[in-house]
Amino acid sequence: MKLTEQEMELLAVLEENHRQSAETIAMQMQISPEQVNAMIKKLEEAKIIVSYPALIDWSKVDGREQVVAVIDVKVTPKRGVGFDEVAEKIYRYPEVRSVYLMSGTYDLSVTVEGKSMKDISRFVAKKLSTIDSVVSTTTHFMLKKYKHDGVIIEGKDDKDRRMVISP
Amino acid sequence: MMNYDQFLSKKALDLKPSGIRKFFDVASKLDNVISLGVGEPDFTTPWTIRDETIASLEDGYTSYTANPGLLELREEISRYMKRKFNLSYDPESEIIVTIGASQSLDLAFRAILNPGDEVLIIEPAFVSYAALVTMAGGKPIPVPTYGENDFKVTVGQIEAAVTERTKAILLCSPNNPTGSFLNKDDLKAIAWIVQKHNLLVVSDEIYAELTYDDEYTSIAAIPGMYERTIVINGFSKAFAMTGWRLGFACAPKPLLQVMLKIHQYTTMCAPHMLQRGAIEALRNGEEQVEEMKNSYRRRRNYIVHALNEIGLPCHMPGGAFYVFPSIQHTGLTSEEFAEKLLMKERVAVVPGNAFGESGEGYIRCSYATSLEQLQEAVKRIGRFLQSLGLRTSQKKTAVGNI
Ligand SMILES: Cc1ncc(COP(=O)(O)O)c(C=O)c1O
Repeated sequence: MKLTEQEMELLAVLEENHRQSAETIAMQMQISPEQVNAMIKKLEEAKIIVSYPALIDWSKVDGREQVVAVIDVKVTPKRGVGFDEVAEKIYRYPEVRSVYLMSGTYDLSVTVEGKSMKDISRFVAKKLSTIDSVVSTTTHFMLKKYKHDGVIIEGKDDKDRRMVISP
Repeated sequence: MMNYDQFLSKKALDLKPSGIRKFFDVASKLDNVISLGVGEPDFTTPWTIRDETIASLEDGYTSYTANPGLLELREEISRYMKRKFNLSYDPESEIIVTIGASQSLDLAFRAILNPGDEVLIIEPAFVSYAALVTMAGGKPIPVPTYGENDFKVTVGQIEAAVTERTKAILLCSPNNPTGSFLNKDDLKAIAWIVQKHNLLVVSDEIYAELTYDDEYTSIAAIPGMYERTIVINGFSKAFAMTGWRLGFACAPKPLLQVMLKIHQYTTMCAPHMLQRGAIEALRNGEEQVEEMKNSYRRRRNYIVHALNEIGLPCHMPGGAFYVFPSIQHTGLTSEEFAEKLLMKERVAVVPGNAFGESGEGYIRCSYATSLEQLQEAVKRIGRFLQSLGLRTSQKKTAVGNI
């Protein structure tokens, strides 16, 4: 879908911070709030804006620490449907956070979240490996998240080092 | 008590203390200040540039370089000037790398001024100009410009200020503090008068990349002007490299070589490892410059609309990262306004008169700070105006037609 320059700019603004009022966005883009809302609606309907999730660091919340694993999955694609059918089978599980089709030595990269390593082992043994076309799995447990979707989770403090007033 | 004045240079003693300094001393002691007083980007230098510099230190680039700077860097600057401004400068003889644009300005005046030579300075202007001209033995001649004319100088004003002692005119577009931008037609008119009176132009183009609405034209690109222009630019603003202190000047060989002679005696060269970082900036920094520029443009649009909405009249500046709203209707002087605003609401701005007399009645607000901070600052300024008994206008100005 070909977008106008304005729509492209709106996407850039929202990607940086989607919690701004239509008025504030409108002022930055020199258009009316109604135009902003109309554009957002159009982009949402086209599924170009898919959703507005909050990035939460659950590791900081007592009792909600998560275990995350990235699993390399090799599959034999089915005639006619390729990888889509098996991907769908996998992404339907609620504990699956992401599924990507990859080039290279394996086919699907699957991210799974659970409360414990046991949870995840159970998912891999009972659910993932039992899917017909799944040939093999390699599970990597994630030890620490440094950066997620372009956001640095806990970097060095990014404080303003400038003087209060300068020429 | 020793009388030191007897030892000190009269010229240096007589320099006016910077109006900004005074304010800085107060503001920096207060807590919870939102500063719209910062004349530099709120971005840190893009990582690739920093990374390249770290690598150059690891690789041992710690020696002096050639006086005008690394040839490799001058070649990049030459390509950059061609690409951005369609100007051709010979990297071997017409480009010099300096300690910030600041040093380029200093070199330019020292190279061209004889005692008593006059330099026209379009005011409001960057605080250093007059002092630099004075220290180089020249005489700064302020040419005031006014809000009614978007702080653009007119040919008539220049004509009225020129005498037989006038050597050069100093231009700065986009301008600090007003953000005012000279388009091609403005420059053609100035070029005409410059040629008529056989003057030079020192063109401070440090904000050239930060131009938001029109294409940028360097006055050196106007026919007949390359010969009589010293172009000054640098890495501070567009590449967010203020603390690196790296700038450059481009000028016809006979002018540049004299600047270089002074530079080689006073400074030798700009720091080697930082020059390596600057090469990376010019080679691979364009995309990030563009991103930062877009971010400034959106913040500019926001602050202009927001200030007008709360009743601080403010024109839409074409570039840099400053707005220069009028505070005349408050009945306060620029300094009173800035001081009261700082004490009452903890918002730091710079009084317009710090940039010359014609800045009186205005304040400089830098929008190189986060949108959230800008929103909070606007709220506080609005409250401040109300406390002065000035009704902030409730009517929303239609977005898009200021
Ligand atoms: C108009 C103008 N010229 C020159 C400079 C100095 O730039 P540099 O950091 O390259 O010395 C500044 C910095 O504030 C400026 O605003």
